[in-house]
Amino acid sequence: MVTLVVKRIGFMIFTMIVVSLILFLLLETELTGDPAARVLGQFSNEEQREIWREQHGYNQPVALRYVKWLGNFAIGNLGESIRFKGPVADVMLPRLWNTAILGFWTFAIMIPLSLILGVLSGMKEGSKLDRTISVFGILTTSIPEFASAVIFSAIFVFGLKWLPGTSSMSGGFEFKQLIMPAMVLIVYDFGYVARMTRASMAEVMTSQYVRTAILKGLPYRSVIVKHALRNALIAPFTVIMLQINWLLSGVIVVEFFFAYKGFGALILEASLNNDIALLEACAMVAVCVAVTTQTLADIGYTFLNPRIRFS
Amino acid sequence: MTTTITEMPTAGYGAALWRGLKSFALLRESWVGMLGAFLVLFWVLVAILAPLLAPFDPNSSIQPFAKPGMEAIKGGGTFWLGTDHIGRDILSRIIWGSRTVLIYAPLATISAYTLGILMGLAAGYRGGWVDDVLSRIADIILSFPVLVLYIIIIATIGASGFNIIIAITFASSPGIMRIVRGLVLDLRNRDYVAAAQTRGESDWRVMLVEILPNARGPLIVDACLRLGYVIITIGVLGFLGLGLPPPDPDWGGMVNETRQMAMAFPHMTLFPCIAISSLILGFNLLADGLREISLRD
Repeated sequence: MVTLVVKRIGFMIFTMIVVSLILFLLLETELTGDPAARVLGQFSNEEQREIWREQHGYNQPVALRYVKWLGNFAIGNLGESIRFKGPVADVMLPRLWNTAILGFWTFAIMIPLSLILGVLSGMKEGSKLDRTISVFGILTTSIPEFASAVIFSAIFVFGLKWLPGTSSMSGGFEFKQLIMPAMVLIVYDFGYVARMTRASMAEVMTSQYVRTAILKGLPYRSVIVKHALRNALIAPFTVIMLQINWLLSGVIVVEFFFAYKGFGALILEASLNNDIALLEACAMVAVCVAVTTQTLADIGYTFLNPRIRFS
Repeated sequence: MTTTITEMPTAGYGAALWRGLKSFALLRESWVGMLGAFLVLFWVLVAILAPLLAPFDPNSSIQPFAKPGMEAIKGGGTFWLGTDHIGRDILSRIIWGSRTVLIYAPLATISAYTLGILMGLAAGYRGGWVDDVLSRIADIILSFPVLVLYIIIIATIGASGFNIIIAITFASSPGIMRIVRGLVLDLRNRDYVAAAQTRGESDWRVMLVEILPNARGPLIVDACLRLGYVIITIGVLGFLGLGLPPPDPDWGGMVNETRQMAMAFPHMTLFPCIAISSLILGFNLLADGLREISLRD
């Protein structure tokens, strides 16, 4: 168990270092075009670019620059944002907080919903309820986030006029503005989690000990709650943790659509405005969150599964 | 002697193709799969017949802000789905846009599969350090949130059809590699593989002729799902303004261009969204039907 945790954390650090190297090579070196031209725009002349390179230390050797860059990153010096004219950390933190709020509500509703639907359809594989839930799940996962945002806007914003169409929170935080973005994310994501839960539940239902419990005459309800659920919910735990990785993609689309001032919209803004320092910091944070949740998912899975825990 | 050796695999491929066609015919037993196949076929026909079906030129401005069903003032004709903010007929753009998506999505998927299969075969069959290195690379690429990866790639190499194919290949081949690797690990100890090895056939021949055809079932299902996902990706990139350059019609781009006017003219965004969702739904239902059938036998 301890060796596994150490190994996983070691791999996590290794991944972050490789990712930082990839980001550095892509965004800070001449490998994919002149960084000076990218920052100053294609209409800048060679003299301006040379001055910029000199000022920002781009004339030093690549290896030295990488070490300096990584060192600055490690002590929290993330550089200056060109787009927002300020330190990257000051721009990024409030945005991260906003996305955390959106993510929290999305998960708070999506997880119980998809677990219940998954367990219900996995309990009786092939039943009418099972077929209905799985076809409905395929339908909702087939509609990309931007399309369901358009469709829900047409219904709830322009048609019924129940909800606001933008979530910029310009007049302070308002829960009503959170409903549309969260709904779009939930509708796109719940089908996958429900499907995984269903598969896990269906597998448990065919196992020997569940059959024994049914045959010895236990009430169906207690077979499900006491015997089946505890094992059936181990696999969905991993799936839910990995869903955070998908959520980081989903929030980009949803925050852009509803003008929500979150982390996803910030990544997109940074990339469209060639704000390299901001884009690097955002990408590192996104990968860090993703890798951390994957590591937690792995460790948690091992911990929850007694066959591995006690071996 | 040499002729018999070269003929054997061709006969094998013919039989495999025939079996493949027969399993597609089995699809009629699953109404979900049939519905999916129908949706996909519908869009493929629309894409092929685009010049005959489209009532207007997709890129010419005719009459801005026409509501669905409005008659054209000049030149005759009806805008069945209305026009957009610069007066292009939305129905014609959706019809021509089906070509864009049905060219780029399969090309990107095939390209990702080629790389993924080669990596997966090598990792699964060779094992050892080849497997370690390839698996580590896959782990690292897969640890990126997908859309962040696409945004970084497109931000550095620029937005174009070819670059979208590169980005999709880079981001999705590791996932394909993992699936192929798992299948190969299962298949490589079979007797027919040992027989081929004893005959002295080269490693790549064993991998491509003996192992790969036997791994096709799960791969076909995965390819259908992945095609749907690639279409989502192309749509999302278009929607974020990172997709194909204008003016050629692209469903995601159509939503991006007109979403500011969605309040007053919901038809401009709604119809492209329905088009892209129905095509993705087609591939997902088809995958579900194929999986159901492959589990049955």
